Amino acid sequence: MTSYILRRLLYFIPTLLAISLVTFFIIQLPPGDFLTSFEARALASGDQADLERVEQLRERYGLDQPWYVQYWKWFTGILVGDFGYSFQWKQPVADLLGQRMLLTFLLALATTVFVWAVAIPMGIYAAMRKNTVGDYAVSFTGFIGLATPDFLLALVLMWVAFFYFDMSVGGLFSPEFEGAPWSMAKVWDLLGHLWIPVVVIGTNGTAGLIRILRANLLDELHKPYVETARAKGLTEWHLTAKHPVRVALNPFISGIGDTLPGLISGATITSIVLSLPTAGPLLLQSLLSQDMYLAGSYIFLLSILSVLGVLISDILLAWLDPRIRYQ
Amino acid sequence: MNDLLLEVENLQTHFFLDDGLVKAVDGVHLHIRRGRTLAVVGESGCGKSIMARSLLQIVTPPGKIVGGAIRYHRGPGDVVNLLDYDRKGPEMRAFRGREAAMIFQEPMASLSPVYTIGNQIVESFRLHFKVSKAEARTVAIEMLRKVGIPRPEARFDAYPHQLSGGMRQRAMIAMALICQPNLLIADEPTTALDVTTQAQILELLQKLQAELEMAVVMITHDLGVVAEMADDVAVMYLGQVVEQGSVDDIFYNPQHPYTRGLLASIPRLEGATRARLAAIPGTVPHPYARPGGCPFHTRCRERIINRLDMCKTEAPPLVQVGAEHHARCWLHHNQGVELSSEAVQLASLPLTTTGGH
Repeated sequence: MTSYILRRLLYFIPTLLAISLVTFFIIQLPPGDFLTSFEARALASGDQADLERVEQLRERYGLDQPWYVQYWKWFTGILVGDFGYSFQWKQPVADLLGQRMLLTFLLALATTVFVWAVAIPMGIYAAMRKNTVGDYAVSFTGFIGLATPDFLLALVLMWVAFFYFDMSVGGLFSPEFEGAPWSMAKVWDLLGHLWIPVVVIGTNGTAGLIRILRANLLDELHKPYVETARAKGLTEWHLTAKHPVRVALNPFISGIGDTLPGLISGATITSIVLSLPTAGPLLLQSLLSQDMYLAGSYIFLLSILSVLGVLISDILLAWLDPRIRYQ
Repeated sequence: MNDLLLEVENLQTHFFLDDGLVKAVDGVHLHIRRGRTLAVVGESGCGKSIMARSLLQIVTPPGKIVGGAIRYHRGPGDVVNLLDYDRKGPEMRAFRGREAAMIFQEPMASLSPVYTIGNQIVESFRLHFKVSKAEARTVAIEMLRKVGIPRPEARFDAYPHQLSGGMRQRAMIAMALICQPNLLIADEPTTALDVTTQAQILELLQKLQAELEMAVVMITHDLGVVAEMADDVAVMYLGQVVEQGSVDDIFYNPQHPYTRGLLASIPRLEGATRARLAAIPGTVPHPYARPGGCPFHTRCRERIINRLDMCKTEAPPLVQVGAEHHARCWLHHNQGVELSSEAVQLASLPLTTTGGH
């Protein structure tokens, strides 16, 4: 097991190298760059400080040299924690991403927990009560969840929260906590705001997972080993939870790999509607304004998450299913 | 009788399917005795497996036990009807696994692939006895040793796919017997195994039965297994027991035309080398199109020879034909029909050696 994980971690290195190379290549493909237009504006206004700044950056990141030299400077920088410089925000990318990644990750984690906590019991219930009113109710709710666009749900929930609960909506914090240092009150305020994006982002995934779990479980429920467990005298819930559900969860686990990056990049529209200080909107802006180091670093981080996600799901699968472990 | 363990009376298990009603078990009477082996034989689809599952009430919807009684004799004067219990209720769950256990046909499919053998054995034991994990482990390892699994301490932590078919079935047996039940129901336990392993498993079952003094219900379609294992035999056809008696009664003095047909269809070593095997004419009727009257009348040679018309309309009762020997056939019912002695002889002549009754 340990050697398996180590081997998988080693495969990481070439994979990530290739991804970063391709990412960087694509990002700098469009003609022109942020710095050129920035320099033009600085020249026009005669701002000496800005012009010096441009010169420094050009020097530091090799911007007047071929793209592979730029790539090399950027990539070696990453290894020592320098992700480059955001021209638009006039800040190091590391600082910019740092603030947002924490909240993004928190949101992603909360959403995953929400999705699993809702989808697993509902999926099990629907399968065990197949073709009953309860099953139809769950399935109906699931289809509604699948069919509702995220941004619409976001708008509706914001309206409900504002109109009926008199909450400040939008963002992850109330205005008074916006720039405040972390405290218990701020965490509490965050939790009060977090539920709207969690529900909005999670609904779609929840609905999908309910369908998957119901279908998987229906395949397992009538396997002979379930009958064996029943013949031992276990209660229906106990035997279902221990035996068929455990096997039916396999596709969930292999889905974790997609969930990690998906939750971060997939929630962009919702984040914009809800004006969340997460990473999704930042990526969109950076791509629009050719803020190359920000965009590049962002995509690079997403790739790491994808690869990491796949690794985590592989390890979990091997841990859960001995048939995989011994192959 | 005081050695009676389970008394099945007019058991009916029906399946309510979209296309119609299937009477998988339709009025079964059985007596299961302590320390003895009852073999239930019949063709595929005759309801023997559903009957076995009905004893534990583990038939799941759309199947449902709709009538009859299963009386369990716990001790002298202590008799309960298991069908009075809710199939999911605590009394029934306390019976399952503890008083009566079951082993199944496919040992690979019947063991969960993602838990160790030990985990699955201990699961049953810890459910019925309040013991610590360590104690349960000791008992389980002892049980694995008893069923002939080498190096049981290591096998305890093995997964089903790491064992051979025979070892898996041994593990299944260990799992079923860990609570020392009074009744073991074995649903074709050797069908999925190769012949040498079959013999070992049957031998093991006999040994353990003697040791634990339990009753065994052996579901099988293999008359060789019946001859090897059984004390008593029940022959099933389309959801009914058509004949029940001791193994000698059934093999040497069969009374129901279906039993005679089954016995005649066994290939024999001493027979003429070029002789055709005797087969029961026709096929088992489709479950949606059960014949009225006696369910076997469409394939019964003796009805045709005797020109019995009532078999088509009237269901025959269970008739006592010997001390502990019953057959569900009009041929043996005195009031039902008057047969010419010639006809009875004619009917039994080509099929049996010992004659009618």
